[in-house]
Amino acid sequence: MTATTTTRPAARITHVSKSFGPQQVLDDISVDVADGEFVTLLGASGCGKSTLLNLVAGLDTPTSGTVEVPGGRPALMFQEHALFPWLTAGGNIELALKLRGMPKAERPAEAERLLELVRLKGAHRKRVHELSGGMRQRVALARALAQDSELLLMDEPFAALDAITRDVLHEELTRVRAETNVAVLFVTHNVREAVRLAERVVLLSSRPGRVAREWQVDIPHPRRIEDADVAALSVEITEQLRGEIRRHGRH
Amino acid sequence: MADTETRPKTADGPAAPPAAAAEPATGRREQDGGPGGDLAGLEAGLDALDTRTTSRTPLPVLLRRKALPPLVAVVLVLGLWQTAFALELKPDYQLPGPLMVWDALAEEWYKGTILSIVWQSVSRGALGFAVALLAGTPLGLLVARVRPVRAAIGPILSGLQSLPSVAWVPAAIIWFGLTDATIYAVVLLGAVPSIANGLVAGVDRIDPLHLRAGTVLGATGLSGVRHVLLPAALPGYISGLKQGWAFSWRSLMAAELIATSPELGVGLGRLLETGRAYQDMPLVLGAILLILLVGIGIELLVFAPLERRVLRHRGLLR
Repeated sequence: MTATTTTRPAARITHVSKSFGPQQVLDDISVDVADGEFVTLLGASGCGKSTLLNLVAGLDTPTSGTVEVPGGRPALMFQEHALFPWLTAGGNIELALKLRGMPKAERPAEAERLLELVRLKGAHRKRVHELSGGMRQRVALARALAQDSELLLMDEPFAALDAITRDVLHEELTRVRAETNVAVLFVTHNVREAVRLAERVVLLSSRPGRVAREWQVDIPHPRRIEDADVAALSVEITEQLRGEIRRHGRH
Repeated sequence: MADTETRPKTADGPAAPPAAAAEPATGRREQDGGPGGDLAGLEAGLDALDTRTTSRTPLPVLLRRKALPPLVAVVLVLGLWQTAFALELKPDYQLPGPLMVWDALAEEWYKGTILSIVWQSVSRGALGFAVALLAGTPLGLLVARVRPVRAAIGPILSGLQSLPSVAWVPAAIIWFGLTDATIYAVVLLGAVPSIANGLVAGVDRIDPLHLRAGTVLGATGLSGVRHVLLPAALPGYISGLKQGWAFSWRSLMAAELIATSPELGVGLGRLLETGRAYQDMPLVLGAILLILLVGIGIELLVFAPLERRVLRHRGLLR
């Protein structure tokens, strides 16, 4: 059984380059995300991680190459929660359901189910400012899941959280993904986070962003960020990442 | 470089086909008992530690903090006024005392005309404001979102805001004669730019992240305006409305004061003009007080609660 006979990919990025004016940000990137797969894009600043994510999200178009998302518009989670402060937690989720075309009568129950999925039962009527940082990101996750996309894009969604909360949300994300089987393309500059979460880590070099190397992460779940296997692979990837960064100091 | 892995996806999670969300609660319970420990309990603890509790100030405290200072100020002003009157700084036909003004208003009250006078002006102001709202909102949206429109009429709109709307009265009289149309024209020319500009300012202050989030959720075009743009711009829009009302009311008084005609009925501006014609200073001051009271009343009864509500929902109220 080869890759071509399996189900269609959640995202197919083929020879994508992107320039802003004279500056090339992405150079010939090819990455596939298989259906239900968890891939992290890892890189230092200037590797164009967020640009690439914007291309996949359809917020921008590549200069050359193609981005295919066969399953329809992907959901996107930002570093900031990006919840609408004029709506309640449940209201945010119901808006996503409405925009996806769900009939009004079904929305409250579905919103409640999604809130339970991120363990925020009873937070339906809470205002965004009444929630803690971790709770906001979980509502944002629920809102992203409400789009019922086959692909979830995550742009450093836990970077602004404290370490304890981040650790908990790693576990939550792993659990939620296992329950929903959504494919994830996760951008981060945190090597351990990448290894902790992903089935595959793609390292991008910087300026312009290119695919430098890929690792298959076969460490079994449940993983913890402190696990020896996670640490060992993180060291290996970090070395490679540092090598990529050093190249820029030589000019 | 593109991946060609053949790995079957059994490393984690249920090996079920991608029937997303097909099995809601079963997988979770198993994980909780797993080696990760009680994640739900940990999370509940974090949530409890991090959550800010916002409590509303009790009413007596609120009254003491918010209502007492203005009351004291009013009493002080009345006291100063009465003192100036008692010292006879000016003859009493120029500076009547508070009680004389009160009597003048009471006299109008007993004539049974005062409510209809106030209503005449308030209803005109409200109707003019409503029309200005309907005209100013799409105009503001156009200016805020369509670049050429903004370049073309944005500066004119801001300029119009600084033009005193009394300046329109002579022109309006020449166009429409001494009719209601004149009064409404002046009110609209005063209020529409304020409302439009308020909306433009509100749209400009929207967090770009919210616009991106809206796009990602599929709120584009009219649906984006309805679900993201307008609600996000609401705080700025409401201050625009507040200012728009102030401009409506001011323009209305100017128009009523200058454009007087029996067919136009008696509003507060007309009452003011009557007082001037009869050299009746208590009536003039009484009319000014009424105009002020209506302005403050609408602000306190309509706009202040609206604004507080919007800001409280967004956690922006201190």
